[in-house]
Amino acid sequence: MFSAVAKKLFIPLLVLLALSACRNKEPGAVRAASENIPLLPAYGDALLEGSIGEPTVLIPMLAGDSASHQVAGLIFNGLVKYDTDLSIIGDLAESWKISKDGLVITFHLKKGVKWTDGVEFTSDDVMFGYKTIINEKTPTAYAEDYLQVKKAEAPDKYTFRVTYGKPFAPALSTWGDLVVLPKHLLEGKDITKGSFGRGPVGMGPYILKNWIPGQELKLASNHEYFEGRPYIDQYIYRIIPDPATMFLELQTGGLDLMGLTPLQYTKQTETDYFRKNFQKFRYPTFAYTYMGFNLKHPFFQDVRVRRAIAHAIDKQEIVDVVLFGLGKPATGPYVPNTWPYNPNVKKYEYNPGKAKRLLEEAGWKDTNGDGVLEKNGRPFRFTILTNMGNSLRTNTATIIQWRLAKVGIKVDIRTLEWSTFVNQFIDKRRFEAVILGWGIGLDPDQYDIWYSGKTKEKEFNFVSYSNPEVDALLEKGRRTFDLEERKKAYFRMQEILAEDLPYIFLYVPEALPIVQARFKGIKPSPIGIEYNLPKWYVPEPLQRHAMEP
Amino acid sequence: MPTYLMKRLVEIVPTLFGITLISFFIIHLAPGKPTDIFTELNPKITPEARERLEKYYGLDKPVPVQYWMWLKRVAKLDFGESFSPDRRPVIQKIWDGKRPLIERRLFVTFMINVLSLIIILAFAIPIGISSATRRNSLYDKVMTTTVFVGFATPSFWLALLLMILFGAHLHWLPISQLKSMNFDSLSLAGKIWDLSKHLVLPIFVSAFTGLAGDSRFMRSSMLEVIGQDYVTVARAKGLSERLVIYRHAFRNALLPIITLIGLSIGGLVGGSVIFENIFGIPGMGQLFYMSVMTRDYPTVMGILTIGAVLTLLGNLLADIGYMLADPRIRTR
Repeated sequence: MFSAVAKKLFIPLLVLLALSACRNKEPGAVRAASENIPLLPAYGDALLEGSIGEPTVLIPMLAGDSASHQVAGLIFNGLVKYDTDLSIIGDLAESWKISKDGLVITFHLKKGVKWTDGVEFTSDDVMFGYKTIINEKTPTAYAEDYLQVKKAEAPDKYTFRVTYGKPFAPALSTWGDLVVLPKHLLEGKDITKGSFGRGPVGMGPYILKNWIPGQELKLASNHEYFEGRPYIDQYIYRIIPDPATMFLELQTGGLDLMGLTPLQYTKQTETDYFRKNFQKFRYPTFAYTYMGFNLKHPFFQDVRVRRAIAHAIDKQEIVDVVLFGLGKPATGPYVPNTWPYNPNVKKYEYNPGKAKRLLEEAGWKDTNGDGVLEKNGRPFRFTILTNMGNSLRTNTATIIQWRLAKVGIKVDIRTLEWSTFVNQFIDKRRFEAVILGWGIGLDPDQYDIWYSGKTKEKEFNFVSYSNPEVDALLEKGRRTFDLEERKKAYFRMQEILAEDLPYIFLYVPEALPIVQARFKGIKPSPIGIEYNLPKWYVPEPLQRHAMEP
Repeated sequence: MPTYLMKRLVEIVPTLFGITLISFFIIHLAPGKPTDIFTELNPKITPEARERLEKYYGLDKPVPVQYWMWLKRVAKLDFGESFSPDRRPVIQKIWDGKRPLIERRLFVTFMINVLSLIIILAFAIPIGISSATRRNSLYDKVMTTTVFVGFATPSFWLALLLMILFGAHLHWLPISQLKSMNFDSLSLAGKIWDLSKHLVLPIFVSAFTGLAGDSRFMRSSMLEVIGQDYVTVARAKGLSERLVIYRHAFRNALLPIITLIGLSIGGLVGGSVIFENIFGIPGMGQLFYMSVMTRDYPTVMGILTIGAVLTLLGNLLADIGYMLADPRIRTR
C-alpha cells in the first residue's frame, strides 16, 4: 500500500527511471513502506551498507580498490566534484578560473572549512597533497595527471593555482579528493607508514570511529560538516564476502543498502516483503562490455567481416537473457544519456541475412557444405577469450557463439584466470577476439584506448586500432575546455568508431542498489544514489538504531 | 629416547626451510603481481608509474634475491610489511596486540577450530566405539551413512540452508559475522551469549562436515583392538563386556587418536576459507584468501610459515605423546 504522500514524493523518480526502462516491462518502481507518517527529516539512525571487499587504506591516492574509495569518499573532499548532470561543480573550491589559453587554473577555496581535528583547511593542504602525489616515493597509481602540471602555487591561504604545459581538458576534474591531505598531521611523515591510512582525519560528512578488520568500519556523522550536519548519525560499512550471505543479511535487517544482481532484482526481491520494506533503484553504470577484435588478425582486417559479425549478434537478446533486461545495448564507448554520448551513430540491427551477404562479399563461402564458411580453404573459426569468474561475460560469449554459428562462423570460447589472461594473452596480443569491459571515467577522454600510438605491450589499444582522424579528434578533445567543442569531437569520434567497429559494443550494465524503505531523501541521478548521502534521512518514528554512547 | 627426539627436532629445520622455499617460488610462479590492482587495464597508468610501483615493492629484483631478503627478515622473526596499500606489518594483521582478543584473526580462527575439534572428538569417539562394537548392525549402518552424508555435504551449501532456516525464517540465530551491532554496550554475560549465538552455525557446519574422518578412524582403530588376543583373553576371563571394551580395548584404541590430534594442530590456525567467507568471519582463512587474490606475498608467506611451523610442532607433539603412551616406541 502506498500512501499518497509517498507516491507524490517519488513521481519524479519514476519518470526518470521510466526513461531508462527501455523494453523492460518492470519500470523499476520505487516503493515506500510508510503509511501516513509525516516524512520530516530528522537526525539519527544508522545506515548499514554491505560490501564484498574490505577497504585497504583510507588515503584515496594510495588505494586501488573501490571499497577504499567508497569509504574514503565520505571522509575526504576534493576541490571540485561532479554534479548529477556530470558537470563539474565546486566542493572545497568556492570558484575557479581557467585562463583563456587553458593553461592556468586558479582555485578560490572556501573559507572557514575545518579538518575534524579543528585546524582550518587552507591551500597549503592542497599543495601538500599535490606534492605528495607527484613524489617519487609515494606508491600511487594516479600520479600521471598531476605530472602534467608545470607549476603549482599557493599565493595565499585561500588560493591555489596550477599551470599546465599544454591545455589538458580532464585537468579540472582531477582536483578531486585525491590531492587534499591535512598537512599539519602528515608533513615530514611517510604516509604509507603510520596510522593515518587506518585512522584518517578528513573534513567530509563522516568521521571514522572504529575499524574492526574483516568485519566492519563504523563512521559517525561530522556535526561540523561544511555543507551541514548529515541527518544519518552513523554509517556502518559491513564486510560480508559472500553475496548469498549478504542477501540474507539484507532480508533480516542486518543491512540497509547493497547492490543486487540482476537475478535478485528481477526475481528474488519481487515479493510482498521486499515491496513493503525496500526501495530498489537502477541506473546505468559507467562501464560497458564489448567484444574486441585483434585487428592484426587476417580474419578481422576486413571491416565487412566485423560488420557482418555485428549484424549477426542481437544485442538486445544479450541484455534480456544475460542481464534480465537490466541494461542497455551499447552503441559506442559512452553511457547513454550522458553529454558525450552520441545517439545518432550507425547501428547494426540483428540481420543474419545481411551478415551472410557481407561475409560473401568479403570472400567467405561454405564451399564444402559443412556449415562453416571458408576462404582460400581456411574455415572461419576463431576463439573468444574472456576472464574466469565473470558469468555475465561467459554467458554473453555463449550467446554470441550460438548466433555466429547460424551464419557459418565457428566460435570456441576459452576462459582464463584474470592475471594469465592479461599478462599472457592481452599484453602479448595472443588473441583473436576477447570479451571484456571498460569502466570509464566521468571525463570522456579515451586517448589511451583508441590512440594509434598506444599499442605497445601493456598499453590499452591492444586491438591495434588506427585511424588518423580519430587520433586528431582525441587530441582535440583533451586540449580544449570548451564543452561544445569537446562534444563535437567526441560525437564525430563515435560515428567513426561505429563505422570502423574495432569493438562490437555490447551492453552497458546497470547498477541495482536496494535501500531499506525507511530512508528518505534519495534522489537517483546518472551518477548514482549515494552522492547525496548526507541528505538522506529517516523520519523519527521509523528510526531503528540509537546512537551508542 | 633422547636421540629419537633429537633426530626429530633436527629434521624440523630443513623441512621448514624446504616448505618456505617451495612456497615462495610457487607463489611467484603464479601469474600476476601485487601491483595488478592498480595497473591491470588501467588506462591512467604509464609504464614509468608501473616500474615505480614495482620497484617500491622490491619486485624488480630476481625471485631468488627476494627470497633471500625474505629469509633474512624471517630469521629475525620479522614477516615484513603487507603489500596491500595499508602496509601494515604482517604479524599485526594476524595478531593485532592493540585490539581485543576477539578481534585478532589468529585467535578467532583458533577458537572456532578448537571448539569444533572438541565437538568432533566428543561425538566421533562414542560413535566410533559404538559402531565398532555393533559392527554391521543397523545402528552401524545408519551412523556410517550419517557421517558420510556430513562428509559429502558441501559446507557452503549446508551453511546457506541453515542460515535461511535459523536466520531468515525462525530468527533464532544471526546470519553472519561474530558480533551484533550493539556488542560493545553489552555486559560480559551478554557478550558471551551474543558470541555463542554467532558461533553456533559455523561450529556446527565445520564439526558436522568434519565428523566422518575421525569417527571412521576411531571405529577401525577399535575394531583392530577388539580383534587382539588380549581382548579375547579378557573376555575369556569372564570380564563383563563393558569392562572389556572400556578398560582394556578403549585405551589402546585411543592411541592413534593422539596422532590425529597432533596433526590437526596445524589446521587450527589455517582456518577454513570456505566457511569463514560464507559466515563473514574475520579469521585467518579470510585473510589468506584475500591475500592470495591480491598477491600480497608477505602476508601469504607469513600465514604459510606459521601454519608450517605449527604443523611440524604438532607432529612432534604427536610423536612425544605417542612415546609417552606406547612403551614400544620409547625403547627405540
